[in-house]
Amino acid sequence: MADKTQLARQFIQAIPHAKELGLVLEDIGDGVARISMPYDTKLVGDPQSGVVAGGAVSAMMDTCCGAAVMCHPDAPGGTATIDLRIDYMRAATPGQTITTRATCHHITRNVAFVRAVAVDDDTDRPVATASGAFTVENGF
Amino acid sequence: MSRPRPEHVQVVKQRRDAALNALLDSVPYIQFLNVTFDRRGDELTAQLNFNEKHIGNPFLPAIHGGVTAAFLEITAMISLNWSHLWERIESGALDPEDMAKGHVPRQPKIIDFTVDYLRSGLPRDAYARATISRAGRRYASVHVEAWQDHKDKLFAQGTGHFLMPQDDGKS
Repeated sequence: MADKTQLARQFIQAIPHAKELGLVLEDIGDGVARISMPYDTKLVGDPQSGVVAGGAVSAMMDTCCGAAVMCHPDAPGGTATIDLRIDYMRAATPGQTITTRATCHHITRNVAFVRAVAVDDDTDRPVATASGAFTVENGF
Repeated sequence: MSRPRPEHVQVVKQRRDAALNALLDSVPYIQFLNVTFDRRGDELTAQLNFNEKHIGNPFLPAIHGGVTAAFLEITAMISLNWSHLWERIESGALDPEDMAKGHVPRQPKIIDFTVDYLRSGLPRDAYARATISRAGRRYASVHVEAWQDHKDKLFAQGTGHFLMPQDDGKS
């Protein structure tokens, strides 16, 4: 079990695009992952407000959901996204780190179901939520 | 039976390309992912210029699902904004030179986006086109299709909803 979490941790940290986004794996294990993305001007989607692009939030949430699947006790290996829906509740406050917490709440032999919530410093008002279906792979 | 003499081809192209470039250059995240647009008249095709940094699974290797989602979102957002501003660009109400200085009209706001991953993204360029299913005064629905080698073998598609900027200044 600890090995699986360790493997998932190593895998997530080796993803080239996760490094490019500046993602930090805060916590992982038992089908739950927490990943943060510090504010960076290169990720801005609206230059007038300085708000991070929806796409960057999507990329972070997708990574976090995948991490939640890989660290689930019943997951044998890697995963790929089948479907992901993101609701953008509000603009993230410029300058603040965005943190996503993803939960793999159900897994079968072939499919994993995941929910995620992203917040900034104001943790009571989510920036975005996601829900998705992921594949269950035997290898990586 | 008289119509105004059509503008010179270079004048038309220069205006449209300058306006489009102003929209793209204003968004750092579009530069970050290296997404470029090909324009034919008002039709846009987005191109995700492959880079090793787009990889999500180094073992396959495959493009990161988040990069695919972001690419589709950018295509939807730019195509919607472009179509929304088109009349004003053509009429001269919007000045591309002024836009290039950062005076770009407010963008539509994304409400939600759903991505359907049909096959894994290969480590090479990808293309996408958006269809505006409905452009209302407040809300718009946009569908995007993305492919790599064959246009009829999509690797991802997506649908998003957007809140349009309200010109009365009420947001």
